[in-house]
Parts: sequence; structure tokens; C-alpha cells
Amino acid sequence: MITSIRYEELDILLNDLFTRYGYDFTEYSRASLQRRVQRLFTLDKFPSFAEFRHRLQNDPLYFRRFVEEITVNVTEMLRDPSFYRTLRTSILPVLATYPFIRIWHAGCSTGEEVYSMAIILKEAGLLHKSLLYGTDINPLVIEKARKGIFPVSQMQKYSENYIQSGGIQDFSAYYTANYHLAKFDTSLTGKMIFSTHNLVSDSSFNEFQLILCRNVLIYFERNLQSKVFKIFDYSLENFGYLALGSKESLRFSPIADRYRQIGKEKIWRKVHEAT
Amino acid sequence: MRRPKLMIIGGSAGSLQVILGILPVIHPEFPVPILIILHRNSVFESNLEELLASRTQALIKEVEEKEPILPGAIYIAPADYHVLIEADHTFSLDYSERVNFSRPSIDVTFRCAGDVYGADLICLLLSGGNADGVEGLQYVKGRGGIVVVQDPATAEVSYMPQHAVNQVAVDFLVPAEDLPAFLKGLATWPPA
Ligand SMILES: C[S@@+](CC[C@H](N)C(=O)[O-])C[C@H]1O[C@@H](n2cnc3c(N)ncnc32)[C@H](O)[C@@H]1O
Repeated sequence: MITSIRYEELDILLNDLFTRYGYDFTEYSRASLQRRVQRLFTLDKFPSFAEFRHRLQNDPLYFRRFVEEITVNVTEMLRDPSFYRTLRTSILPVLATYPFIRIWHAGCSTGEEVYSMAIILKEAGLLHKSLLYGTDINPLVIEKARKGIFPVSQMQKYSENYIQSGGIQDFSAYYTANYHLAKFDTSLTGKMIFSTHNLVSDSSFNEFQLILCRNVLIYFERNLQSKVFKIFDYSLENFGYLALGSKESLRFSPIADRYRQIGKEKIWRKVHEAT
Repeated sequence: MRRPKLMIIGGSAGSLQVILGILPVIHPEFPVPILIILHRNSVFESNLEELLASRTQALIKEVEEKEPILPGAIYIAPADYHVLIEADHTFSLDYSERVNFSRPSIDVTFRCAGDVYGADLICLLLSGGNADGVEGLQYVKGRGGIVVVQDPATAEVSYMPQHAVNQVAVDFLVPAEDLPAFLKGLATWPPA
């Protein structure tokens, strides 16, 4: 019988990590955290919770592994093609009127979302005047994002997403395949800046016309969601856009009354500044 | 046996017809909230909610993150997310790796609900062609929950319920045609 990490133990662990390393996971939704921590505990074959706790407190390298493993980094290029279709048809034409476009992908994981954006910007003739910031709490995924190398096995799926999103080029023109790896074009990578950034503790670092934070907030409790929404609000120019994951909403947030949803996609436009 | 506080129905290939048969007995005052985890295929992906809503007076609702679990509603797992359950009886959604090639995975939700609801949980596993849900049933059973399986002999695809029967000490093995009556009985649980 495998020991299972109880919710009380999880709380002890989260408090330890905050005190020892300054990383605050205490306002993350517990059910997912429990699964991830349990998985790591089992994977690394700890005989007891006490030993797991001790290792985490005393081995910073192991703590790094903890961050890498408990974050859910699953992502995909052009996920939800209809979302990208709306970006192409309704949002990019507005962004085109700006002399310079700044976009923030908060919680970008291994970067697939950022490369997707670069592709549709390029096709709209806007990439040359855009800068895409990709940030994530997990340093390992940020390293991968910088490389722009993804498994070839995914390309068929991405190519289908691409066509459904309204793409009319040959998707394979954007990468060079080498054995099982696809390296994306440096003309795309050149417009990207990747960096670690923790939405829980780090502040706003620029002003943007578009912020995407997709499938990150589902892992946060309401209170933390509200704090993060305030950071986004602060980082967004007036009339800028905020895009969330397909099951996330601005509805219950403290900033909701100053934002207007664009159609049925999870995209909101900031229509008033905070007073 | 107290009346359960949550019922979860898991199904894969061949389970939609069974679910459509059950729904008419669930009315808006039904005392036990129901959560349905269905492996969707793209054919009925988009109009699944509508189809289900046409068979019941109760509220059919796609699970929303942080939503409280309340009686009178039938919750449906959204396509491509796992459904998790928090200690305060609210839903969370999760976009982590597929489990048993599935997202939503029945195992994931059974397990998570088992942790939170313990003996107040009833889980029903229906027809299907993969083993998703079996391990979860075992876990639920270990935490004192009630385990119900569709009689494989009455399943369009018997693999999933058969696996469950082989591996779990099932509390109730119910033929498809008796499932509506069985669910109706939950309202007046425990059976006299
Ligand atoms: C499921 S992925 C979403 C990736 C992509 N946006 C998508 O929708 O496909 C969630 C990402 O959020 C990141 N994340 C979790 N907590 C974070 C935090 N406090 N600050 C920044 N990123 C965080 C995780 O490391 C993970 O890469």
C-alpha cells in the first residue's frame, strides 16, 4: 500500500516551502496539487512523508525538481482553433493600428502558444513590429521554449489546428524537421523574449496591448485569481485585450465591470481604466 | 448506509444510450447531485448538453471551475479537461496529461471524489472499451464508497464493466434496463 499524502501534510509542506524558498503555493487549488505531489512522492520512492519533507527543506536542487514536476505544463500549438481564428479576424486588425505591439503570454509553458501567436502575427504582416514576452514559473519549460524545438509527432495535429484556425499556408514551412524533432523558424524566435516570472510574487513588468493567460488560473483559488487579475489589469493598456483559457472567466473577478467580452471566445477588452 | 452525497457516473463507448435512459427519472428536486464523466467523441461533442437536457427536467450543466456541487443538477465533464473535486465540495478543472488515454479520465475523478466524500460517494461504471474507471472504483471502495457496475451482459461494449467486475468487490451489479429504477431508488435511500 502506497502512503498517500493527506491534505494536512500538503499544507505543512506548502508552509515549509514558502518559509524556506519564498515560493508560495498556499493559494493553489488543493486537488490538483495533491495529485501532483502524490505523483512525485511515488515516483521518487520516498519511504515516508517525513523523509520527503526533510529532503525538500534541505536540498534546493530537489526543490527545483519539485517546481518542475508539480506544475502542469501540458500545452499544444493553436489549441482551440476557433480562439485563434477570432484573434486573426477580430483582434489583430485592431492591434495593427498600433506602431508597436507588445504581447504577454503568462504561464506559457514550453512556448507552443507563443509560437502559434508569432505565426498568425506573421501571416497578418505584423510580426516585424511585435514583441512577444513568454513567462512561466518553471525554469525548465522556459529553457525549452527558447529553443523552439518540438516533437515532429505533434506536427500533424498542429497542422490540422492551423488549418481550422484559418491558416492557408503550408504549416510545415514554419519548421525544419530533423529525425523526430521540428525546429521552428528563427524569424519567429527572433521576436520572442522568454523569462521566468512568478504570477504569485512578481509584479507587472511592462504595458501590453494583449495578455494571454490560458489554463493557468484553473490551478489557483479564487483569492489568488483576483490578485493575478489585478496584475493583468495594471499591465494592460486601456482598450487592450485579455485572453483566458476556454474554461476560465473574468466573470467573478474584481475587474469584470471594466471589461467587455468579445463574442463567445474567452477574450475581454479593457474599456475603462481603474479609477 | 446513509444516502450518498454525490453520484458519479462514468461511461465510454456504448454508454450514451444508457445515460439517456436514466435521465428521465432525475427531476429538479432529486436529492443527490450527479456528475457524468463521459469519454466524448467528436460526433456528439458539441451538442451533448442539448441532447441530455432534452431527456430530463433537471438542470444539465457543464462543470465550471470553482463551482459548488449542489443537488438538483446533473454536471457534465467538459471535453478535454479532468474534473477534480476540492475538500469544500467545489469543482476544479485540470489540463494535465491524459490518463488511460483519456481526458476527462474517469479514474481521476473517482479517486479525487473518494478522497473528499469517502463513504458518502456512489460511483456507477457503464459500458466502455477501455479500463478507465476500474482503478478508481477500487479506490472508492477502499474508502467506504458504494460501487455500482452495469451488468456487462447488458453492455454494448462489455470490456470496461467486465474489468470492474473482475477486479472490484462490486456492491450492485445492475442490468442496463434496471438502472433507471435503481437511480430513482437513491431518492429514498437506503432501500427498505
Ligand atoms: C497547463 S499550462 C498552460 C500552457 C498554455 N498557456 C496553454 O494554455 O496551453 C500551465 C502553466 O502555468 C504555469 N504556472 C503555474 N503557476 C504559475 C505561476 N505562479 N506563475 C507563472 N506561471 C505559472 C505552469 O508552470 C504551466 O507551465
